[in-house]
Amino acid sequence: MLGFIIQRLLQAGLVMLAMSALVFIGVYAIGNPIDVLISPDATQDIRAAAIKSMGLDLPLWQQYLAFLGRLLSGDFGRSFVFGTPVIDLVLARLPATLELALASVLIGAFIGIPLGIYAGYKPESPIARGIMAVSVLGFSVPTFWVGLILILFFAVHLDWLPAGNRGPTAEFLGVQWSFLTKEGLTFLILPALNLSLFKLAMMIRLARAGTREVMLTDTVKFARAAGLSEMTILRRHVLRLISIPLVTVFGLEFGSTLAFAVVTETIFSWPGVGKLIIESITSLDRPVMVAYLVLVAFLFVTINLVVDLSYALLDPRLRRGGRGA
Amino acid sequence: MRAFWREYRENWIAVVALAVVVVIVLAALLAPWITPQNPYDLASLDLMDARKPPGFVGSEGYVHWLGTDAQGRDLLSAIIHGLRISLQMGIAAGLFAMTIGATLGILSAHAGGWVEAAIMRVVDLQLSFPAILLALVLVAVLGQGKSQLVIALVAAQYAYFARTAYGAATAERQKDYVEAAHATPLPGWRIVLRHILPNCLPPLIVVGTVQVANAIALEATLSFLGLGLPPTEPSLGMLIANGFQYMMSGRTWISVYPGIALIVLIVAINIVGDQIRDQFNPRLRR
Repeated sequence: MLGFIIQRLLQAGLVMLAMSALVFIGVYAIGNPIDVLISPDATQDIRAAAIKSMGLDLPLWQQYLAFLGRLLSGDFGRSFVFGTPVIDLVLARLPATLELALASVLIGAFIGIPLGIYAGYKPESPIARGIMAVSVLGFSVPTFWVGLILILFFAVHLDWLPAGNRGPTAEFLGVQWSFLTKEGLTFLILPALNLSLFKLAMMIRLARAGTREVMLTDTVKFARAAGLSEMTILRRHVLRLISIPLVTVFGLEFGSTLAFAVVTETIFSWPGVGKLIIESITSLDRPVMVAYLVLVAFLFVTINLVVDLSYALLDPRLRRGGRGA
Repeated sequence: MRAFWREYRENWIAVVALAVVVVIVLAALLAPWITPQNPYDLASLDLMDARKPPGFVGSEGYVHWLGTDAQGRDLLSAIIHGLRISLQMGIAAGLFAMTIGATLGILSAHAGGWVEAAIMRVVDLQLSFPAILLALVLVAVLGQGKSQLVIALVAAQYAYFARTAYGAATAERQKDYVEAAHATPLPGWRIVLRHILPNCLPPLIVVGTVQVANAIALEATLSFLGLGLPPTEPSLGMLIANGFQYMMSGRTWISVYPGIALIVLIVAINIVGDQIRDQFNPRLRR
């Protein structure tokens, strides 16, 4: 077990190193690093001084090491547009995105898994077919288009829910959250629903496939023979047996949810990091881009690590120091 | 091929989807000749016609069946031209990604050893990373334009082809006839080209159709975010984005019709791809 953890930690470190090198090459080496680090309005003298003081006249590998050192100490530089340290900018926007992503993952799980189990329990029923048709749409229709339709229907046509922005928030643990106020919650519903669509489709498929498989096993036969009601069998046996792959995907999907939030946040003008990265790309605010990329890569690696480790805890075969897949 | 078509014909939904794809491709190919207006010719636009609802008869004397956009463009013409660009990007990205991905996948399956380990590690790593994020980064680094966008789409998608080709090629590599071929003095590349590659094609074609649809969706998403093609070549995504600001004021058609065109195209390609996959899958064969 310890060997497994160490191996995974090393792997995660290696991936982070590779990602930071890619970001470094992509943003600093291909683009002109002087444009990246010094505001375009600077005079010639300031430029020359800055090049020297930032070590841009050093060989590339030394620059990379310095870049790594700055990253490790949390120094991502200053935003050109806002003039504030990038790390503050990103951290200020992060709660909004986390909240949105969490809400959408929860919607995906709490609606998707029951629907999927039902579709797997009665695969031939018309309702199950309807559920599957929805999941196909969820996979193939682009997120931004669904977002538009949601706004069109619920905000413009019915006028039930707000079409964008975050609305009022309340403070908890020193951070502002939408879900703590009643009105804030109405602002959260549409974007969260929009972002959850892909996860919903995926949860439905996974739960359905798992349920169909488990329903044929002896476990279910014996449970039926023991006189348990169908509801109890589904809740106690089926749900438990299909939970391992669901937990894995749940974790992995949380990462990609953060990425897809870019689209949803733009449509609903939700003030999270996704909107920040789009703004920084259009305004060529490269320090913000670097910070966002490194942060997302870090989140990804961490999530993968946590999923791997919790998988090892859930699956006794891996616990005994077997090779991870 | 004939047997394939006969089986395909049994699923009428797939036949309709195929017909839709064919009609859209034809319309896109013939766009300059069948549309009433060249939407990129600024001289033919009249601001008097701007933001008029569907069915409006414009100053040029013909009916705007789907209305006009903010510049007075005939929306039907703009959509057909937009489909043309979306299809171009999707097919170009799909083909390049397929070529690069298949080459890498088959190469690593054939070479084995550290080449295999290195290539497939990178591919797996990329598969766990959302494609849209990668495309976003590349567009940000490379800038806007058709070729930059294709590069971004290819980079975001080649990994799926590499995985598929690798899986098919490793399965093929272990078969007796390949080993027998290796026993003959034939050069290795010939065995790969003549025996392994043709057997990898069916799964690659299936992934290819779906990935063309995905590339179109991804391109539309990037264009919607304002990071795709320059405004001089509006794809469907940009048409939708342009109409978005007018949606609140009830002028919904500017966004909705390009969106419907996009969805119909994507869903139709996906249905065709699904049907082909089912027919290639020996486990589902009766």
